[in-house]
Amino acid sequence: MGNEVAAQAALAAGAEVMFGYPITPTTEVLSTWISLATQHQKKYLQTEDEGAAGFGVVGACLAGKKAFTSTAGPGNVLMQDPLSMAEALRVPFVGLIGQRGGPSTGTVIYSQQETTLTAFGGNGEGYRIVYSPSNLQEIYDLTILAFNNAWLYRFPTFVLFDGYLGKMKGEVNLHNPGILINAKPILEGNVNLRNCFNLEEEIYDLNVRHKKAWQEASSQVSKFEHRPGQTKTLVFAHGIVAAAAKAAGVSLFRSITLWPFPVQDARIVAKKYEKIAIIESSYGQFGRIVKEALFGLELEVQEIYKPALGFTPEEIKEIVK
Amino acid sequence: MVPFPKCYKQSSKPSKFCPGCGYGLMFKMLGQVIDELGIQEKTVLGLDIGCSLLAWDYFDFPTTHTHHGRTTATMVGFKLADPSKVVLALMGDGGGYAIGLQNLLHAAIRNNPLTALVLNNTCYAMTGGQLAPTTLEGEITSTTPKGRDLTITGQPFLGPELIRSVAPLNAYVARGSVSQPAILKKYLRTALEKQINDKVFSLVEILSLCPVNWKTDAKGSFDFNLKMQKIFPCKEL
Repeated sequence: MGNEVAAQAALAAGAEVMFGYPITPTTEVLSTWISLATQHQKKYLQTEDEGAAGFGVVGACLAGKKAFTSTAGPGNVLMQDPLSMAEALRVPFVGLIGQRGGPSTGTVIYSQQETTLTAFGGNGEGYRIVYSPSNLQEIYDLTILAFNNAWLYRFPTFVLFDGYLGKMKGEVNLHNPGILINAKPILEGNVNLRNCFNLEEEIYDLNVRHKKAWQEASSQVSKFEHRPGQTKTLVFAHGIVAAAAKAAGVSLFRSITLWPFPVQDARIVAKKYEKIAIIESSYGQFGRIVKEALFGLELEVQEIYKPALGFTPEEIKEIVK
Repeated sequence: MVPFPKCYKQSSKPSKFCPGCGYGLMFKMLGQVIDELGIQEKTVLGLDIGCSLLAWDYFDFPTTHTHHGRTTATMVGFKLADPSKVVLALMGDGGGYAIGLQNLLHAAIRNNPLTALVLNNTCYAMTGGQLAPTTLEGEITSTTPKGRDLTITGQPFLGPELIRSVAPLNAYVARGSVSQPAILKKYLRTALEKQINDKVFSLVEILSLCPVNWKTDAKGSFDFNLKMQKIFPCKEL
């Protein structure tokens, strides 16, 4: 199951502690981690709500341990409070998010409506790395990558999947993770960390430093897959919708990092086509990112949006025939 | 003259707290306890947002701002990740007993081995003095302009009494006052020793002084503190 794979990947990535609050469709990440923790002398805390889980992750990261949480939907909304602090202090927070239908409590199993929330939630500028896996193997691989890049670049980092993928069963190669980035204490020695400032100039300087670091990290982190297919229309999709597009055999630009979006790569690939189709299970949360990245190119743009509903390969083939 | 505690960060003095504020008195007792226990090298302090945030560079050991009400949750995470540290979570009465009560309660229920310090000045002080859970009956604040009416806003909140009722018996709960510094120091010392030796949760509420929002002079501030002690009994619970 995808949720079990995510917990296994966290273990392989060197995670030491998980803080979590049960919520469908990601509860099994927590329960699987607790089983693994017992076997491997790791730690966990089932907290009183998602906010406490998120702040627990922040505290554990400040102490120098790889820590993570997993949540969904309304839990992801509550998680924005600690994530705002994680952004301010450049805390290597790792979140494994299983999207469910919104708004509000919505439905419990599928959507792609947490793109904006996960990448841009909070009162900052959205300096967060967001991976979108398309299959179970990628949940494993991208979760390991998420821990590495979180500690390498010190930005909150997410693996944004959905309930379909979280509950899906299949074969996964739980391979050796390779070289891991080490964690180290952030709050130690004579460090006094601030997220509250006296002067506008002080917080401006912090934003300038964050922007510079983000730009440097973006070129290293952004990731995509271009698969030329049988169609003259290039499909932009991510996650499980991209998997359906792949099965449909259409030309595909799959964004593996939703944020930072691979802007230059997308522009180079899109120029080879006259038309693009953005297909996603929300009203254009991913589409807005794509259209901003491709701004100025002479392209016909088709937008196919079905919030909280999935797409079959046959449906996608029909859309872009 | 009694010197500053050694664990103070000298370069950040004089502090940024208002003249007559009770934080300095509390910090002096806390600093002396940290010096006497010899734990400066392993102490970590998390701070609420509110007046407590002004202590972000008060001490010469690691400190961090958190978010309003989220100090306990953050420091629970820190302590779980690094149990070798002596972990303090400092917050005001709004942070501890209103927005952050859920986190404080559950840390106490779980007996998480950290020390929560809640400074009670009967109001939200940094935002200019609004009704807090601890505001006294009849006390005028900017959101109770005719004085706190208990029929509308309920009784002044007894934090340590509530925590005592949910925390395991070996957790330590006390309420002291900056007007009785020697007794307060004893409570702070016991709270830290409980965390270090017994690995249990400890809470000390500190009755403070807030002359700016109370609009009191020096004598008036201590008179107000005495009035608080009649509502909020100072003792180990």
